[in-house]
Amino acid sequence: MIEILSKTKIDFIGWRRTAFAVSALISLVGVLSIIQIARGAANLGIDFAGGTSVQLKFQRPIDLGQVRALLAENGLKDSDPQQFAGGDRIMVRLKRVEGSQAGMAQRVQEIFSKEMAGNPFVVEGTNEVGPAIGKDLQRAALWAITISLIGIIVYIAWRFEFKFGVAAALATFHDVLAVMGLFYVLNKEFTLLIVTALLTLAGYSLTDTVVVFDRIRENLRGRRRDSLADVINQSINEVLSRTVVTSLTVLLVLIALYFLGGEVLHDFSLALIAGVCIGTYSSWFVASPIVYEWRMWERAKVKTPVKVKAKG
Amino acid sequence: MKKSIRWKATFLVLATVVAAYYVFPTISRQSSLPSLLPPLLPRAERLNLGLDLQGGMHLVLEVETGKAVENTLDRMVAELKREAEKRKVAIERIVREGNDRIRVKLQAKEGLEEMRRVLKDYAQLQQSIGADQTDLTLTLSTREAKRIEDLAVRQSLETIRNRVDQFGVAEPHIVQEGDRRIIVQLPGIKEPQRAINLIGKTAILEFKLVDEEGNLAEAIAGKVPEGDVVLYQRAAEGKAGTGKIPLLLKKASILTGDLLTSAQVQIDNQTNEPVVSMEFDREGARLFGDATAANVGRRLAIVLDDTVYSAPVIREKIPGGKAQISGRFTMEDARDLAIVLRAGALPAPVNIISNLTVGPSLGQDSIDAGVRATILGGALVILFMAIYYKVSGVIADFALLLNLVWLMGALAGLRATLTLPGIAGIILGIGMAVDSNVLILERIREELRLGKTVRSAIDGGYDKAFLTIIDSHVTTLITALALFLFGTGPVKGFAITLSLGVLFNLVTALTGTRVIYNWMTQRWDLKTLSI
Repeated sequence: MIEILSKTKIDFIGWRRTAFAVSALISLVGVLSIIQIARGAANLGIDFAGGTSVQLKFQRPIDLGQVRALLAENGLKDSDPQQFAGGDRIMVRLKRVEGSQAGMAQRVQEIFSKEMAGNPFVVEGTNEVGPAIGKDLQRAALWAITISLIGIIVYIAWRFEFKFGVAAALATFHDVLAVMGLFYVLNKEFTLLIVTALLTLAGYSLTDTVVVFDRIRENLRGRRRDSLADVINQSINEVLSRTVVTSLTVLLVLIALYFLGGEVLHDFSLALIAGVCIGTYSSWFVASPIVYEWRMWERAKVKTPVKVKAKG
Repeated sequence: MKKSIRWKATFLVLATVVAAYYVFPTISRQSSLPSLLPPLLPRAERLNLGLDLQGGMHLVLEVETGKAVENTLDRMVAELKREAEKRKVAIERIVREGNDRIRVKLQAKEGLEEMRRVLKDYAQLQQSIGADQTDLTLTLSTREAKRIEDLAVRQSLETIRNRVDQFGVAEPHIVQEGDRRIIVQLPGIKEPQRAINLIGKTAILEFKLVDEEGNLAEAIAGKVPEGDVVLYQRAAEGKAGTGKIPLLLKKASILTGDLLTSAQVQIDNQTNEPVVSMEFDREGARLFGDATAANVGRRLAIVLDDTVYSAPVIREKIPGGKAQISGRFTMEDARDLAIVLRAGALPAPVNIISNLTVGPSLGQDSIDAGVRATILGGALVILFMAIYYKVSGVIADFALLLNLVWLMGALAGLRATLTLPGIAGIILGIGMAVDSNVLILERIREELRLGKTVRSAIDGGYDKAFLTIIDSHVTTLITALALFLFGTGPVKGFAITLSLGVLFNLVTALTGTRVIYNWMTQRWDLKTLSI
């Protein structure tokens, strides 16, 4: 059998203090990104913030500086145009303006067809979103995230114990915060697709955590004599090879998506790649230590012999 | 072969054949195949592609329901005036006030009795009488207002559907969303701007007399005589500047578009330009005839959405109820106008609050990219599994392929719509499917390491991994459900493909591979397992 990482003996619980510090930092950045989103100061896609986006494909490659100047001349200097690989595709994004959104896309097209008559283009896509829709979408996204998290806590708590449920939820939430923070720092656009990616990685991270918890629970039932830290460490080490293999295969697929999937899925796959890595990290260094600390704290409180509660 | 293995194997093969049958139209030339088991199973058709993959337009419209209520009140005001005149009640003024009430000012309080009798037919208006018995305030109940609003939205939906039908788009999708929104989806549409014009046009057609006596200059300055309104006519091209010509018209319309029975495009044989010729119903023809007879020599303006299209002089009484709108149309303009007149006016203005248009080339690019990524990702995974787990890896790969075929078949059979995020969901599903298989295989490895026999190692692996697999799949389904409930089109597509992939995986990973192992251990007495 070819084996990756069998018979490891890493002391995960021993690393917990460092891990908590690192995770706290990551979470802080994530919380910062949420605050910025709420303030409207983060890079929100137009499906959330409202506005217009126009994607054009020119016959010949075009100079981005020229495009910017052209738009500025016509009163659209906040447009932040982007150029895609190949140099002949441009996306122009306009923030929401008061009044009607309708016709903005048309206006952008007219500007280009007038000023760059020598380089004809094809409209690949436009998106005009009024503010009402944007708000609805924000609300829907928040609801989706909330319902997900609650559903997950309830299910895990039912299958394991309340402690495990909360630990799993916290780890998952931490992962979502981490990726949000990453996107904020890289100034990537938050679109509905990214929210989808966040929810997906929440599910994935949870799966990973569940696998670890499953093993911990099984071992707790068996090894009554070992200390809690040993049991947890052993469990994680046992599932290490499975976790690495799974993450590896999912990453293979995601990397294929990242490089070949086209612009639309580019950021989406980036979010998931980051999510898979963080998700694995959090199962070992966030979820398990939380369970450990909680139980130790409980024991210290009660001061009775170790009561190993195993539900299944 | 043991009986249970045979049953399971048969079921798996059957499911795969059915799924493949449903996938076939999508990858072959044929666009559809007859149903395998009519009427139980639907026919096999090409996979539904979302807008982001096939191009098209997605509009969210909002009906200005407040305006619909105002329009209804205006109509009531006109009717009340007519009734009052018929019954000789002396009215000083009847006007709409705000968006929910009508004020009636009688000239003398003697008219009150008669007015109340008139109002008997208007039970939806709540009456309250002012102190001096000549002031009546008629308020529309909120329930009635709501009823009017709901009706307006439903009518708008019907009218828009009518217009889109005549426009000729393949498989349009028009539904109401919430209280006052309408979603219009036009896949594969080639002229989005034309569609928008067609859909958004309120299309209120009115015939108004030109007020020749009134002072036009004063009216433009702001002093509009009572009962009149200033509207503008599009200037003729060729003249210097494309300004608009103002006209002073009588506010009350002689005739409105709802009395039309037909509208056709014709070529005027004098100007050789397209015109729209209309025909009125009996009531309309009568009104038209009366109005033209009484106003020979005056001009009659044809007004569409408060823009004057033409204002020809009435030369004689027109009894036949036929009229023509001309106005330097292109053939397309004329055709669209005819569509809009035939389908009828919108009861209230409609605003476009969201417009997503995807060009067809972008869609094709996305499909290509998605397929490439899936193939590469899939190949990498299959290769890795085969190398790392050897024959067992190949068995797991086989389960993955089965999963994929079933998934595509289900999407086609359920007429689900495949979007770009949906493709991502499929790809992710592959990743999660691998996870289940890895869990089982790693467990089997552990059991083998503990020294168990091949048979019991396999059994042990499956048993121990079972609950973990269930747990991870349920949690994924929970997030997919949340996404499905709250997501819009493309996101819903993702939730569907992910959910289906996860569900099918439960079968292929737990049963599909198990069947093969069972058959293998039955057939041969294996001492070692290639894993």
